[in-house]
Amino acid sequence: MSDIADTSTSVLRTRGLCKRYGQGESLVRAVDDVDLDVAAGETVAVMGPSGCGKSTLLHLLGGLDRPSDGEVWLGERRIDQSGEKALARMRRTAVGFVFQAFHLMDELTAVENVELPALLARRSPRAARHRATELLEQVGLADRAGFLPAALSGGQRQRVAVARALSNDPLVVFADEPTGNLDSAATLEVLRLFESLHEAGQTLVVVTHDSRIAATADRLISMRDGAFVDETRLTGGTLRQLGSLAGFEG
Amino acid sequence: MRQEVVLAMLAKEPSYGYELRARLREALGPLGDALNAGQVYVTLTRLEKAGLVTSTRAEGLPDRPDRRVYGLTPDGQQRVTRWLGEVSWPKPDLTEFHLKLIAAAAAGLADPLSIVDTQRRELLRRLRDAQRAAMAVPDGADAALLLEGIVLRLQADVRWLEACEKQWTDRRSRP
Repeated sequence: MSDIADTSTSVLRTRGLCKRYGQGESLVRAVDDVDLDVAAGETVAVMGPSGCGKSTLLHLLGGLDRPSDGEVWLGERRIDQSGEKALARMRRTAVGFVFQAFHLMDELTAVENVELPALLARRSPRAARHRATELLEQVGLADRAGFLPAALSGGQRQRVAVARALSNDPLVVFADEPTGNLDSAATLEVLRLFESLHEAGQTLVVVTHDSRIAATADRLISMRDGAFVDETRLTGGTLRQLGSLAGFEG
Repeated sequence: MRQEVVLAMLAKEPSYGYELRARLREALGPLGDALNAGQVYVTLTRLEKAGLVTSTRAEGLPDRPDRRVYGLTPDGQQRVTRWLGEVSWPKPDLTEFHLKLIAAAAAGLADPLSIVDTQRRELLRRLRDAQRAAMAVPDGADAALLLEGIVLRLQADVRWLEACEKQWTDRRSRP
């Protein structure tokens, strides 16, 4: 676990985080005493079987839901006790979300979707459009700015959603099964995009059961029954083992 | 089948040859039908020569391999512990891994879930390497197809580990 020096550099931190539903016999500990420290620029993947509590955890971290117990710190601010208004403001300005089903507005073009959070955060339309155009370029979709979501492939839609999540330069981007609806090639598009965000220093927390995303994270946390049960730092290996998997050697 | 599998099946308690075979058959289900009794006894004889197993003749019974009682020597015990901690997956041997979990749980020597976790870490490391290689080649390159094949195989293995994890978690929480 982390010491004080570590936590001072963490962008996201929880202590004793709990979310319980029901009571007595039917008590469910969806999130059970979770301590988490995410360093600036780190990509953390949380993996586990469905029902293990990983989506609930993401909602608590991103201020979409409130914990039964424990603390959530985002940057310097403790958010688990924030009022509804402050929390809504925090969600608009300090974090970005990417969901499995993209959640784009069908009647808005790609660039309009991307600029929406900036407009909601009361940026000038001009500045919002400028930033949205930049972001679409960053995700490789500058030439699709005027397209409606329906005219885009699944991978492209998810890249628009990622651009939207970045609209207000969030401290942390949260992604919930971002490749859940994507085929293999589109998954690769999104993974490449995450990789470029990582290189640009974006902090990213992904919950998923897609082992491909998990494998590209800096740190992988396994969750079972609402608790963290295993943690791995995936350091680079060699390609020699891949050779044997491909059948190069006996 | 690896010798360690037979060895580990004895870790719980010394057993008659036929009990050992029954345990293997139960753990393997229909796959166990192909299990050749002779093969198990040949393995036991080798293990005994190597000093990993001792056998004693049961009183009042004919001296046949299935009626002898086999047990682990301290060296055998040590070998089992080492094998349980080993991570091996280049050519996935599902049967070996499956029996490792069963033997570990039966003998109380290791937590099947922590064996699963260790194995998963190793697989994810490989998946990471494969994924990085896949991201580095251009779309449509020939190598992309091979890398995708490797990624898909590894993913399938990770998914099976998730199934193992679930089963052993459920089993542990059952009273």
